[in-house]
Amino acid sequence: MLVDSSEFLEEIAATLVGLHLVAAAMNGIAAWRGLRAGGGARLRAGAWLAFAALFTLFAIWAGQHTPPGLPDTIKTAIDAALGPVTLFFGSLAALTVLYLGREFFVRPWVGWCLGNAAMLFFNLSLADPHFAQTVLKPDNVPIVAMIFLLGYFLWLGTAQAVENDRRLRQGQGPREKDFAEKTLVWPDLVYIELICMVALSAVLIVWALVVRAPLEQPANPSLTPNPSKAPWYFVGLQEMLVFFDPAMAGVVLPTLIILGLALIPFLDFKTEGSGYYSIAGRRFGYLVFMFGFLQLWILLILVGTFFRGPNWSFFGLYEPRDPHRMPLFQNVNLAELFWTSLLGRAVPRPMADGGLARFTAILWREIAGIAVLLVYFLGIPLVLGRTLMRRYLANMGKARFTAMVLLLMMMLALPIKMILRWTCHLSYVVNMPEYSIYF
Amino acid sequence: MSFGDKVRQSQLWKSIFRHPAPVDRRNRVLVILSNLILHLHPVAIQKHAVRLHYTWCMGGISAFLFLVETITGVLLMFYYRPTVQWAYNDMLALRDVVSLGVLREIHRWGAHAMVITVWLHMLRVFLTGSYKPPREFNWVIGVVLLVLTLLLSFTGYLLPWDQLSIWAVTVGSNMAKAAPMLGHEGPGQQLLTIDGVDLITSGSDVRYALLGARSVGEEALNRFYVLHCIALPLLATFLMAVHFWRVRKDGGISGPL
Ligand code: HEM
Repeated sequence: MLVDSSEFLEEIAATLVGLHLVAAAMNGIAAWRGLRAGGGARLRAGAWLAFAALFTLFAIWAGQHTPPGLPDTIKTAIDAALGPVTLFFGSLAALTVLYLGREFFVRPWVGWCLGNAAMLFFNLSLADPHFAQTVLKPDNVPIVAMIFLLGYFLWLGTAQAVENDRRLRQGQGPREKDFAEKTLVWPDLVYIELICMVALSAVLIVWALVVRAPLEQPANPSLTPNPSKAPWYFVGLQEMLVFFDPAMAGVVLPTLIILGLALIPFLDFKTEGSGYYSIAGRRFGYLVFMFGFLQLWILLILVGTFFRGPNWSFFGLYEPRDPHRMPLFQNVNLAELFWTSLLGRAVPRPMADGGLARFTAILWREIAGIAVLLVYFLGIPLVLGRTLMRRYLANMGKARFTAMVLLLMMMLALPIKMILRWTCHLSYVVNMPEYSIYF
Repeated sequence: MSFGDKVRQSQLWKSIFRHPAPVDRRNRVLVILSNLILHLHPVAIQKHAVRLHYTWCMGGISAFLFLVETITGVLLMFYYRPTVQWAYNDMLALRDVVSLGVLREIHRWGAHAMVITVWLHMLRVFLTGSYKPPREFNWVIGVVLLVLTLLLSFTGYLLPWDQLSIWAVTVGSNMAKAAPMLGHEGPGQQLLTIDGVDLITSGSDVRYALLGARSVGEEALNRFYVLHCIALPLLATFLMAVHFWRVRKDGGISGPL
């Protein structure tokens, strides 16, 4: 895709027209359903009609190669505000607001307003060549689709959970109970499956016709592209390389993620609360899982694909990918902070060889980091088990509790390292290149 | 007698379908019981288990996408040769020469879509608490299926043999170098020595096992091809069979007690 603007506008026109029309059609459907429902929905149907008209207008403009876009001031402001840290904690704050206000946000009209805002933001941004260049890379298209799908399904799941929680408070059973009656699989399920398959095949065929599979230059082992990115579903791990060394980010943490996922039913093992959407009865487990899934899995993938460019530098959404931009920080290890900044002494240097003595000297150099890790992985869990989480320990037993707390501490290590990197440019807490151990 | 009735009365039809059309209760039961594919289902289920609001149909969609990948994958194998000399050229041919020129597209987008639908399926199972007893084991099988889905995608990513694929796989497999004990740059590697001779070197670590060489080349292409087209699909098929079996044996789709 070229950055020359007239050529770009011509190339993007069809995509924009399509997307604006899809948004208009969806608002049209929403309006039609509102009109049929009557009451307050009637009033809102008017708003959806207005949205439909707006999107149609935008589609027409886009078709004439004058698509509406975000003003430059807003784009610059957004780019200036974004960074790896603001993105992480901004998203955390947004999710927290959504969670706390869920009773409000699950109302269909509120959800639809959010949906419209997202589509508006996306479609307007797409008129920017740099935004379009990253987002419309063939392999990134599914990620965009995933954001919208995830938004919709999170809304759908939360709406049902909120309703069930209300019913449970009032002493009724969850909504799923109303459908306990049996029905025959033929035709009730088989036809749904058939329709699903036909619809999905149609989606795939259209997608295949519209977006060509990428094929770059033939493989050339002596020409390293900058940046070289892992496939998108592993880019979250690659993003963790910013904060951890390859052994942690690429091997230990993925193993723990898989292990942690597999352990969920053995850590949250009570039979109650199975088989219906609910949040109230399982806040802790819910929040931990959602934090891991949305913040540590999905968000890191988004950062890695949409915001990282050459040299793995961070770029805003509307910025050109300048190949000369280098990551800024000069990072230091905890040993330096401890010996030099805190004690005002030189970092001890272990001798070049000499088995045990050398080993001890290395441990001595890293003494601060080792102490921090001991407190973090041993001290805090022990204290938690006696205080805040006493009930969990009693309910779960020692083995389960230990596994859970250690996994939780590993999970929290990432945001903690982010904060430390941000505030004191910390690289590694324990840094023993002699043994390839970095933490 | 109408034409349709004639067909349904014919010996050929009756030899395939063992009972009349599923228009009444008895035959709707029989159709599920007597058909190999349909008998993956129970005959009757709770109404709430067929609600799209509940399951989002994501497990079913993942399974369907796997089927699409299998079919398009077999068709692609007719054209594709996994050698450094031919792989890229065969991609060009698939794009420019082969009729039905969207095979590669359907296969690639189907794979991406499957990754997403499997994640959404996991999210739904979590949100409904469906991993709780007695379904713990099926959740674990699911986690393995998730890993297999990612590995299938990853191994397939190398096959076009363009810059995108070899460098993505290089980034991915470089992490294996740093595996504790097993990678030649990983922690603990120094412990595995005999008389000063390293056991784990760049020629004997896990990355070497994965790539069949010290870097991504012909050997890696062959290994990834075999993993992608044979080993992983077989394993995934087997585990899906177990997964579906267990859905039934654990009492069908979860629901409130
Ligand atoms: C290739 C991947 C997978 C396929 C094809 C698949 C397919 C299915 C299907 C068809 C069902 C029936 C209900 C439904 O559609 O929701 C199901 C249920 C289930 N799946 Fe999966 N699944 C896959 C991966 C996973 C993963 C990644 C997990 C969890 C980590 C998982 C855990 C479960 C559990 C616990 C059930 C029972 C749910 C209930 O009874 O409500 N599956 N799966």
